[in-house]
Amino acid sequence: MQPLFQQGTGPLLRTLFFVLLSATLMVADQRFNQLEQVRGFLSGAIAPLRYAVDLPARFLGWSSDQVRSREELIERVNALERENLRLRARQLKFETIRSENERLRTLLDSTSERDERVLVAELLSVALDPYRQQVVVNQGERNGVYAGQPLIDAYGVMGQIINTGPFTATALLISDPNHALPVQINRNGLRTIAEGTGEPDRLELRYIPNNADVRVGDRVVSSGLGGRFPPNYPVATVVEVERRPGEPFARVIAAPQAHLDRSREVLLVWPDGAERGDIAANGDAPAADADGTASPTRGKP
Amino acid sequence: MNPRWWLIPLTLAVALMLAMVPLPDAAAPFWPDWVTLVALYWAMALPQRFGLTLAWIAGILLDVSQGALLGQNALGAVIVVAFALRYHQRLRVAPIAQQALIVTVLLLLKQALVLWTSGLAGRAPQTPWLFFAAPLTALVFWPLLYVVLRDLRRRYQVA
Repeated sequence: MQPLFQQGTGPLLRTLFFVLLSATLMVADQRFNQLEQVRGFLSGAIAPLRYAVDLPARFLGWSSDQVRSREELIERVNALERENLRLRARQLKFETIRSENERLRTLLDSTSERDERVLVAELLSVALDPYRQQVVVNQGERNGVYAGQPLIDAYGVMGQIINTGPFTATALLISDPNHALPVQINRNGLRTIAEGTGEPDRLELRYIPNNADVRVGDRVVSSGLGGRFPPNYPVATVVEVERRPGEPFARVIAAPQAHLDRSREVLLVWPDGAERGDIAANGDAPAADADGTASPTRGKP
Repeated sequence: MNPRWWLIPLTLAVALMLAMVPLPDAAAPFWPDWVTLVALYWAMALPQRFGLTLAWIAGILLDVSQGALLGQNALGAVIVVAFALRYHQRLRVAPIAQQALIVTVLLLLKQALVLWTSGLAGRAPQTPWLFFAAPLTALVFWPLLYVVLRDLRRRYQVA
């Protein structure tokens, strides 16, 4: 390989060159967001390392499945069947309400809601910057994942994808101090913004006036106003309301519904109307994933 | 060209994997910066093979793996490796305890640079003092790493 520098170039000059190069990169990354493709490419290059680091955790899970006793398995299957029955019963009711809702909507001449497409992804257990709340999922651009895509788990909104590689994607959790999410209080539709605090069990609801009707236990759902998150997904529950007479706004703390630090299976959501062409191009068959865990599901129309 | 040069990228890749090992929240800030430690070893032991270019690439990959701003770790790694390259002859003959001390000081400098650039980018962490815990544990890990890498280097005759 041709050396980048001639032997004569002084070490000081070389150091200076790399320092300036790093500084330029940082500015380009922070100010202009120009480096998403470079980051995606490099992320693809280190993807094998990420999967290798995740292997021991995966193996432990697999071996604990292997040594589980028969009784335990039977018990689990029974529990899951009961759960399934309960959910099916609820689904029946839901279908009726849904068709009724659609009928009423046609009566009102408003557009009906369509289903969102979702894709099951797994978190890779790899450490990231311990001072930011991020996770890596095992789906990437190959499966149609895009930056800005919402990430949910079985309990609520988890976060959004901030950059994608070919095989993996990094998501910012709603608890990161740099994350803000437009939400509303389910009970009365009061709109506010849920900001992360850096702690996985606390979100701060901003700009709520002191005399606003907020109570401990109120459910907070996404409002869909930012255009990124689909509306009406559960986000958090209000746990603390402190009215401060001297300040214009009350201090309201909410606990996220999603299991931010426990969930391993998560769902990537394609909100209605987002990237329609992309969905068509990817079709309904992104299941051809390397490890076979991907299974796209589409709700019944 | 020495045929065994691949040991250097290989150890860097292993260091990158070590950096990605998930740890409980309480232990994570104390996990040493393996990539920079390995880079410092090679800069000290084989300055003719391991230059600033490799150190910079390792730093960029560390940035990507951690989701940091591209260039943060690269900047820190280049500066401390430049120092190690400049004084490699003195570092090499220093007793291992003294080496560990110097390495710790260099890592503290690197963490300060990363903290500073994070602050400039508006991503300052909530608990900045914890940032300086990792270099202090490097004080313990350096002798171990030094012995392992030295034996590997001698065994595979990387020169």
